[in-house]
Amino acid sequence: MGQQLVNGVFLGSIYALFAVGYTLVFGVLDILNLAHQAVFMLSAFVALALVGEAHLPLLAAMPIAILFGGVLGLVLERIAFRPLRGRAGSNISGLISSLAMATIFEAIALQLFGPDTSRFPFGVIPEHTLRIGGASVSALQLSIVAAAVFLMAALTLLLSRTRLGRQIRAVAENPKAARVLGVNVDRVIAAAFFLSSALGGAAGVLFGLAFNSISPDVGRSIELKGLAVIILGGMGSIAGAVIAGFALGLIEVFVVSEIGSSYRDAVSFAVLFLVLLVRPLGLFGRAAAREA
Amino acid sequence: MRTARLSFSLLLAFGLGCKDKPATDAPAGSSAPSANPPAGGGGPSGGTGPAGSAGSEGGAAEGTVRIGAALSLTGPAASYGAQQKQGIDAAVDEINKAGTLPLKLEVVIEDDGSTKEGGINVFQRFINRDKVSAIIGPTLSTTATAADPIAQQAGVPVLAVSNTSPKGITDIGNFIWRDSLTEAQVIPGAFKTAKQKLSLKTAGVLYGNDDVFTKSGYDVMQRTLQDLDVQVTGTQTFAKPDRDFHAQLTALIAGKPGVIVVSALADNAAAIVSQARQLGWTGPILGGNGFNSPAFIKNAGPAADGVLVGTSWNSLGQNPANQKFLATMKARGANPDQFSAQAYSGVYILAEAMRKAGGKGAREDIEKGLAEVKNLDTPLGRFSFTPSRDAQHDPSAQQVHEGKFQILQ
Repeated sequence: MGQQLVNGVFLGSIYALFAVGYTLVFGVLDILNLAHQAVFMLSAFVALALVGEAHLPLLAAMPIAILFGGVLGLVLERIAFRPLRGRAGSNISGLISSLAMATIFEAIALQLFGPDTSRFPFGVIPEHTLRIGGASVSALQLSIVAAAVFLMAALTLLLSRTRLGRQIRAVAENPKAARVLGVNVDRVIAAAFFLSSALGGAAGVLFGLAFNSISPDVGRSIELKGLAVIILGGMGSIAGAVIAGFALGLIEVFVVSEIGSSYRDAVSFAVLFLVLLVRPLGLFGRAAAREA
Repeated sequence: MRTARLSFSLLLAFGLGCKDKPATDAPAGSSAPSANPPAGGGGPSGGTGPAGSAGSEGGAAEGTVRIGAALSLTGPAASYGAQQKQGIDAAVDEINKAGTLPLKLEVVIEDDGSTKEGGINVFQRFINRDKVSAIIGPTLSTTATAADPIAQQAGVPVLAVSNTSPKGITDIGNFIWRDSLTEAQVIPGAFKTAKQKLSLKTAGVLYGNDDVFTKSGYDVMQRTLQDLDVQVTGTQTFAKPDRDFHAQLTALIAGKPGVIVVSALADNAAAIVSQARQLGWTGPILGGNGFNSPAFIKNAGPAADGVLVGTSWNSLGQNPANQKFLATMKARGANPDQFSAQAYSGVYILAEAMRKAGGKGAREDIEKGLAEVKNLDTPLGRFSFTPSRDAQHDPSAQQVHEGKFQILQ
C-alpha cells in the first residue's frame, strides 16, 4: 500500500505539471493547445540528445531542454494562434491549427529520432533507492516530485506577485480592457505560451527521466490524461490542475491495485464524469477560471 | 500513431511496388495464376521439367536447381534478413562443395523490403521469370500471408524459415511449409524448462491487452501455466502507449509470486523489466517472443539480467549438424543466431527433400520430398514436419546473463 502511494504521488506530479501548462493557455485564451503534448515529447527528446549525443551533464541539459520547450511555445503562438486571433470562430480554428502543429512536431521527431523507443544512456540517471517503511523510493523520484512542486509553486508566485503575472491575469479577464489600460496583449499572450510550453517541456523531460522510454508518440497518452485533469480541476484553474493531477495519479494507481488494470481508465473517467455531474465547471471551475 | 505510421509506410511501399511492377512481371504475373489451378500439381507451363534444364535466363546448367529466397534486406526487419542471408549462403556453399547431392544448388536472393507488396513482387519474379523450384522465406509472417498464396496457386513449394504466427501461414495450402516453431510451440517449451530450473510454483502475469501478438502470447502462457500446475497469484494488463508500469508491478509483487511472466513487445518489455527491478524485484522474469530482440537487451541494460525467454535454436546443441553450423559460421566470420540457424537448416531441408525424391529438383519433386523429411539432423535439432507442415523439434530456453542471451541447460 505504501508503495502504491509513492507510485501515485510520483505519477500525479507529472500529470499535474503537464496539466498546469495546458490549463494556463486555456485560462488566458480560452483555447485548447493540442500541440502541448508534442512540446512535451520534443523537449524530452532534446534532453535525451543533449545527454546522449552532446554528452552534456544532466543538470545542464535539463534547463536547456526546458528553455527549448518555451521557445517552441513562442513558435506555436506565432504560427498557429496569432494569425487566427480576432477572426470569427478562432477558438475552433486555433484548436485545429494546434493539432496540425502537433502532427508536424511528431513528424519531425520521427525523422530525427526514428520510430523506436529511445532511452537515456546507462549510468547518467542516479539510481540510489531509499527504503521508507516498506516502500522503495528512488532519489530520482524524489527529485522529480520536488522539481514538479517547485515549478508549480514558482508559476503561482509569478502569476500572483509579479507585473507579468498581473498582466496575464488582466488579459485572461478581458483582453480589450487590458489593451485599453496599456497592456501589450500580444506580448503577454506570447509570454503565457512561453511559460506554458516551458512547463510542458519540463514535464516531458521529467517523464523521460522517470520512465526512460521516449518515442515520438509518447505524448499521446498523457494528452488525454492532461485533458481529464484540467476538466476535473476546472478549465483555466492552476490550483485545480495541481490537485486534480495528483488525484488522477492516485486514483489510477489504486484502481490498478484494488480492482485491476483493465478498469484503470474506465474508473478514472467515470470519476471525471461524476464530478462533472455534481460540479459542471470542475472542482475549482467558477472562481478560478477568472483568476488565471 | 502506430497505425498512421504503418499505413504511411504501406502506402510508400505500394507506390514503390507499382513503379517496378510493369518493368518486370506484369504480363506474366497476370496470366500465370489463372493457367494453374492450385490442385494441378504441376508448375506453370514451361516452368516445370527439371527446373533449370530449360535454362531460362540465368543460364543455369543441366542438373542445377534454382531456389529463390525472399528476405527482408531493407526495412524494419532488415537485421533478421541479413542473418538469414548468411545462413542460406553458407548452407548452399557447403552442399555444393560436399557434392552429396547429384544436383547443384543455385540460390537467387531478393529483397522484399519488409513489406507485403515487396514480397508479392519478389514471389512473382521468382515464379515467372526465374522459374525457381522452391522459395525460402519471406522473413515476416505478415508478408507471408500476402505472398504465399501466389506460390500456392502456382504450385511452387515455399519453406518459411522465420514465420512464427501460429495461424495463417501453413494453412494457406499444401505447398506452404515451415521450419520455424510458432509462438504456441516455443512458449510451453521455455516454461517447462523454467519450471525445472527454477522450481516454479506461483506466477504473476502482466500482458498487453490491446495487441493481437501480446494477447495471443498471453493466451498460450495462461494455458501453459495451467498445464504445469503453476498457480497464478495475479494478472495485470497494460496498453501499448503506456510508459508507467509501477502500479501493475507493485500489485503483482505484492502477491509474492515465484516468477513474473510478461507478454509484451520489445519496447514495452524493456521498460517493464527496468521498472520491476527499480521496485526491488530481483526474482526471475519470463518473457514471450517479443523479448527475443536485441532492442530489448539494449534498452533494458543491466535490468535484463535473469530474464528468461524461449528460443527455437539452442546455440550449445551438441548434435553434429549444429557443431558443423557453428564451425562454418565462425570460419565465415559471421555471428550465428536463431535466424541464420533456421535459414541454414531450411536449405538442408530442401536438399534432403530432393534426395528423398530420388535426386530430382523440380517443383513437384521437392513438394513430394518435403513430406518425407523425418528426423533430419539440423542445427535446430532432430527435425520433422507435423501433419500440418509445421516444424517439429525441441525448443530451448535462454536467459540473459551479463547482457547476452545464454542457453539454459
